Amino acid sequence: MDLVIARPEGLYCTAGDFYIDPWRPVERSVITHAHGDHARTGNEHYLAAAPGEGILRSRLGQDINLQTLPYGERLVHHGVTLSFHPAGHVLGSAQVRLEYQGEVWVASGDYKVEADGTCAPFEPVRCHTFITESTFGLPIYRWQPQAEIFAEVNQWWRDNAAQGKASVLFCYSFGKAQRILHGIDESIGPILVHGAVEPLNKVYREGGVYIPPTHYAGDFKKTDPALRSALILAPPSAGGSTWMRRFGDYSDAFASGWMRLRGTRRRRGVDRGFVLSDHADWPGLLWAIEQTGAERVMVTHGSVAVLVRYLRELGLDAQGFTTEYGNEEEPAETEQETRA
Amino acid sequence: MKDFAELYAELDATTSSNAKLAALQAYFARAEAADAAWTVFFLAGGRPRQLVPARLLREIAISTCGLPQWLFEESYQAVGDLAETFSLLLPEVDHSSEHGLAWWVEQALLPLRGLPEETLHERLPALWAQLDPASLMVSMKLITGSFRVGVSKLLVTRALAQLAGIDSKRVAQRLVGYTDLSHRPVADSYLKLIAPESADEHAQRGGQPYPFFLAHALQKPVEQFDADLGPCSEWHVEWKWDGIRAQLVKRDGRLWVWSRGEELVTERFPELHQLEQSLPDGTVIDGEIVVWKDAVQPFALLQQRIGRKTLGKKILEEVPVVVLAYDLLEWQGRDYRNHPHRQRRRDLEQVVADTASEVLRLSPTLTGQDWADLARQREASRQLGVEGMMLKARDSLYGVGRTKDMGTWWKWKIDPLSVDAVLIYAQRGSGRRASLYSDYTFAVWDGPPDSSERTLVPFAKAYSGLTDEEMRKVDAIIRKTTVDKFGPVRSVTPTLVFELGFEGIALSKRHKSGIAVRFPRMLRWRQDKPVAEADSLATLQDLLA
Repeated sequence: MDLVIARPEGLYCTAGDFYIDPWRPVERSVITHAHGDHARTGNEHYLAAAPGEGILRSRLGQDINLQTLPYGERLVHHGVTLSFHPAGHVLGSAQVRLEYQGEVWVASGDYKVEADGTCAPFEPVRCHTFITESTFGLPIYRWQPQAEIFAEVNQWWRDNAAQGKASVLFCYSFGKAQRILHGIDESIGPILVHGAVEPLNKVYREGGVYIPPTHYAGDFKKTDPALRSALILAPPSAGGSTWMRRFGDYSDAFASGWMRLRGTRRRRGVDRGFVLSDHADWPGLLWAIEQTGAERVMVTHGSVAVLVRYLRELGLDAQGFTTEYGNEEEPAETEQETRA
Repeated sequence: MKDFAELYAELDATTSSNAKLAALQAYFARAEAADAAWTVFFLAGGRPRQLVPARLLREIAISTCGLPQWLFEESYQAVGDLAETFSLLLPEVDHSSEHGLAWWVEQALLPLRGLPEETLHERLPALWAQLDPASLMVSMKLITGSFRVGVSKLLVTRALAQLAGIDSKRVAQRLVGYTDLSHRPVADSYLKLIAPESADEHAQRGGQPYPFFLAHALQKPVEQFDADLGPCSEWHVEWKWDGIRAQLVKRDGRLWVWSRGEELVTERFPELHQLEQSLPDGTVIDGEIVVWKDAVQPFALLQQRIGRKTLGKKILEEVPVVVLAYDLLEWQGRDYRNHPHRQRRRDLEQVVADTASEVLRLSPTLTGQDWADLARQREASRQLGVEGMMLKARDSLYGVGRTKDMGTWWKWKIDPLSVDAVLIYAQRGSGRRASLYSDYTFAVWDGPPDSSERTLVPFAKAYSGLTDEEMRKVDAIIRKTTVDKFGPVRSVTPTLVFELGFEGIALSKRHKSGIAVRFPRMLRWRQDKPVAEADSLATLQDLLA
């Protein structure tokens, strides 16, 4: 019998009687990371990697029944040995390793293989069966090294500042925003953030991650000269809202893996698209899968059918898992906003 | 090539006209004349014919990528653009070619046409290996003949005019015919575009037409016309013909016929050649080519004719064309565009009368007591086979393109026919709509609401008319309600109803529904309407009558 199966409530560990990232309320949940489609409210017990505690509590409530475990440390529950291993996706993100009667399964949650300095880098874990995400599971998705992307962002910001324009960069407020703040050249000008971003900056700073000084954008008047050279980080939902008016003349950009395609870039209607993702690209997915040494691969959310077929052609035993982390083969645009 | 690819990326990345103009100016200021000549050609819409058959190009690219074919197809479905898919999949290399656009087009790309398959299998990967991904995508678009970028000709004209320090109308005039396929741009043709104005420029034009003056859509209730347009007596009114807009240029004993796309179409209309004798030199007429047998015939007939390579005697007899003249742009060798419409029209009437040819007819003037009277006459449009009315200010000059500074032309079209139809299949779009389910097949019921066994019959495809926001929402619903997938097409549980507009309707043997509609598009999303209340085939058949 399989150690992990897909149930209507979520991925279920049969021997351990608990769920991984359930999308319906359950008694025992193991959470890979704090993004909304993986960590939901209403579970009786939560278990997560220790570095994710601050974020989980700030998003799900300070009083949730949460137990944490440092990366690499083992816990035995109903005979199942469980441990967390860095997934490199966002602060506190983890792969879940499960071992039962000599059989090892690893559930990846979401992961990225390039280290970024804002969270513990991805560590491949040997296993018999690997449950992998497939958000960017097509060979068209290949990321440039992030240093090149940050250089592009810096250049854009600098050019705007030289023309007296504010630089508004849309990005997801948890993870992507902090990664950008950590990676950019803070000497170019003042950094302002939207109200949705600052609480997460605080948690990252408390977790020992360097985030340059930031100001709350709402405190600035339209006439403030600081805006003319400022970088403003805001969630995509702020685009087109009245909140934007305060920035006067500005250039806007969007940071996401989906910006790799001209179609999504143009539909977004921003001046620039920066290809920066917190998920593994196609080579990254294949590398990670190979590193686990797994012969069986269960594919979740993203390009499930494509990755399954490709892995089968490589001789692996691959199959799809239906989950509710971003519906079926491709996330719709609305989900791209929240999960990019 | 890299320079051109960078310009393309800059133009493609921004939606701001000012930023595009700035990018164009910076490019032209630094580009070599030979490269700039081709840049203007491509940006102004010039396109060499396909250089390598699409099937072969695909095959070579797939083998160069080293991917299984199915994976390439999946990738293409997600990207929605062949050239872009290639550039994302081929091995990424540093740019090593020092050559500019002119060299690439003339020495590398154009010579590909007609090469044997084996040679192409060697030649293409060797070319691609010299290009970075951005240049690769652009060159691929040039090879497939699908190069397009969001820049209007007007913007290119403005950039060149500022560079040259001359009036942009003069540049527009010089640009006319620049993209015609028989013309290969060289450094000299570019330098002529930006040269200082000379006194004898007008005399040296050969068969060059003038830039067409275009109308704006008039979409307001007729009650507002008096307030917004003034009394109808200040307007020249005529039918809006459903044909091919064209200029007849008669100079130096020769006749040229130009279409609105600035394509030379003289050869396609042999019956007009008799005007070479009857029109005096130094005459340019603006009008509409239509099929005429005592009255104007449907556009579909004209379309059949345009598609033919050779025009036999039979088709010339069965589908004869005439020009319905409505403007005079040059007369007795003089540029007439700065005369008011009333004068141009008066002289045009004289020219047509003097020519006395059955293939040159005057587009008749319509008169009414007031706007309401004209609105009543306009209701006969569909029966008469016209699209509505044209309103031209009597004192307006003949402008360039869609401008309003020299007076205005309005097209006052009749409302499209419409039905409420159900979305049953969806396919991902391309270009701006890439990776979104944005191309839909619509159906109507084949029986009345009370019949229990009625089914939905597909009758039209449409992809335009929704806002980006609506498109995103519909895309999400399609993904959630998918029943089955056939290659790139999904069938969905019928839940979405749209008001579908179209210009014409005709019986068709090729369509399952027995009906074909022209220019179908979504007018609005009927979120208020349940699927069961969508229209039926009977509604469409009533429209046929």
